[in-house]
Amino acid sequence: MNKVVILDYGIGNVKSISNAFLKCGVDVIVTSSICEIDKSIGLVVPGVGAFAHGMEKLKEKGLDKVILNYAQEGKPILGICLGMQLFFDQSTEFGLNKGLGLVPGVVKKLPESSEKLPHISWNELDLSNEALNERGLLSNSSSKNFYFVHSYYVEPKHSETILATTKYSGIDFCSSIQYGNVYGCQFHPEKSASDGLRIISNFKSICEKAI
Amino acid sequence: MKKVRVIARIDVKNEFVIKGIHLEGLRKVGDPNDMAKKYYEDGIDEIIFMDAVAAYYDRNSLSHIIERACKDVFVPITVGGGIRNLDDIQKALNSGADKVAINTMGIRSPEFITEAAKVFGSQCIVSSIVAKETSQGRWEAYVDNGREPTTKDVLEWAHKVERLGAGEIMLTSIDKEGTKRGFDLELYKAICHRVSVPVIASGGAGCSNDLVELAQEVKIDGIAVASILHYKKESVISLKDELLGQNVEIRR
Repeated sequence: MNKVVILDYGIGNVKSISNAFLKCGVDVIVTSSICEIDKSIGLVVPGVGAFAHGMEKLKEKGLDKVILNYAQEGKPILGICLGMQLFFDQSTEFGLNKGLGLVPGVVKKLPESSEKLPHISWNELDLSNEALNERGLLSNSSSKNFYFVHSYYVEPKHSETILATTKYSGIDFCSSIQYGNVYGCQFHPEKSASDGLRIISNFKSICEKAI
Repeated sequence: MKKVRVIARIDVKNEFVIKGIHLEGLRKVGDPNDMAKKYYEDGIDEIIFMDAVAAYYDRNSLSHIIERACKDVFVPITVGGGIRNLDDIQKALNSGADKVAINTMGIRSPEFITEAAKVFGSQCIVSSIVAKETSQGRWEAYVDNGREPTTKDVLEWAHKVERLGAGEIMLTSIDKEGTKRGFDLELYKAICHRVSVPVIASGGAGCSNDLVELAQEVKIDGIAVASILHYKKESVISLKDELLGQNVEIRR
């Protein structure tokens, strides 16, 4: 049976993500088993909380290398919130911390402004990359609302990596990426009602097409 | 544009949703999972489950309700009532909650808030503050689901919890709660001047106009409602229609 693995590294609301994938008809398994990860058709990296702590937990079980190998094999990977941020080169959260270096770019704090931090709200996506978005992760997501809860955002080195931006704190920050077979959402699709479930279904299609 | 979150607050006692006035005089109004699912399907932005009698047992016992809710409800879920230690938080998050609301334990041991925020992240920690007006422009914080006064000034306490690491504040007015006479606007105006974390207002909504008025007068981030939904005076749909009609920025 074709399964998507939701990476279990001790961080992130894996139950919610798992339930959302199940709702979309995806066979999922929450695990850190290399055997299961090898067999899977897609990998989801969840995460909430601090960057350095996230990297530490990944390295504890050697999952940093597992993710890098998986990406090299060309199978689809989806990072959610902190999960996506960990794909990048480095973050400035609590000092300079190195990430996986899978996607060129950095992680920065949302600027101080009249808007509150953390950014906890439903907010819209402004789709940037028509070519990738037509049938990709964000298809049918234009102007739809998604649930965000974060203080840091990703800044990809290459603008073609940006699938969508979102307005907050006086800037248009990157809210979704695609770098080859590596995808990411700053928002939580598993908490974004039916519009979020559609993103998960889109990822399911991406995984099935890649088999 | 920032969107105000419309939140359903579901107080639970012994497997039933209950509702009171001034957080007392509880009546059974339905099944928590059925209600959560209905509100989700109608477009609610978030759900808060409160264990209404956790204080008596000194623990939170909503895990199985949260587990069931997570299968059908794909918006953020907060759970509160009787959160006393890191294990309680871990248990709540493991059952599927995204955030926990902490009141009593935060006041008894403020360092608990800091510890919880460090371990789980500020975004997981909602400081639940229950306020009763003592004189013009002053409110006292209550604990144990609104039963015990603390002599703590609400505005000062709110300022402190933000520094301690809470990511959000849910502020309930005992005076207005369950009365359906509208929100305590002065309370919310005052707190929004004192803190820079998101604030959720709770207590007093009697009709959709109360939400409109609050959203227009105060830079509030979330509005929690209970009575008007549980007693079916309004539906999530009718509330949102009215808010949209009055140009309040919310999720459609």
